[in-house]
Amino acid sequence: MIRLTTEPFEPGVELTAFCAGRAETGAVASFVGIARGEGGQATALELEAYPGFTDAEIGRMAEAATARFSLQDVLVIHRHGPIAPGEAIVLVACASSHRREAFEACDYLMDYLKSRAPFWKKEHGPGGARWVEPTPRDLEDLKRWD
Amino acid sequence: MRVLLFGRLGDLAGWRERSFEPPPATLSDLKRLLAAADAALGAALSGPGVQAAIDRAIVRGDAALSPSAEVAFLPPMSGG
Repeated sequence: MIRLTTEPFEPGVELTAFCAGRAETGAVASFVGIARGEGGQATALELEAYPGFTDAEIGRMAEAATARFSLQDVLVIHRHGPIAPGEAIVLVACASSHRREAFEACDYLMDYLKSRAPFWKKEHGPGGARWVEPTPRDLEDLKRWD
Repeated sequence: MRVLLFGRLGDLAGWRERSFEPPPATLSDLKRLLAAADAALGAALSGPGVQAAIDRAIVRGDAALSPSAEVAFLPPMSGG
């Protein structure tokens, strides 16, 4: 399931719900991304999404991960709008029969989400706000999965 | 027809959503219309890595626009 939300969410509650009733699953690996304060340099992070497009693109990548790593289920919850330091930005959880596939699928999905997912990121700091765009390194990293 | 601007494009233009009636016939007509009204936005829309989506699907090259089309201009995506 893919969910975009402008509201803070509780990763532990979401993960508990995702794990419930999985007597035959075996493995769930998860990752939580948390907004960093950068020692006061980042007062807030703002992520702009295109609802209907952003979630559809993430859904396609989740389908690719499901096929590639033989997953039983995937959960992605992603914040957009303003996000304060310390708040969860993203939760990815992957359910599989075996731990290796679950770990790798989380890694794969996070590499995609951090570099290629359709978000536009603005960092607000003491000196004002700036849009963050992919660096040459980010663009090079994308090719790993092509 | 609706036009959406994302990321720095919206800040540059000073708007993020606008309706155009009657709609331009094609995507390139729309870009010409936007550039005529705001040269800086026009230049940015032709800048590196800016993509266009019609009804939430990326299009390359030119395309016809229906009266109910939703056109989005997407600067390079930053990831989450």
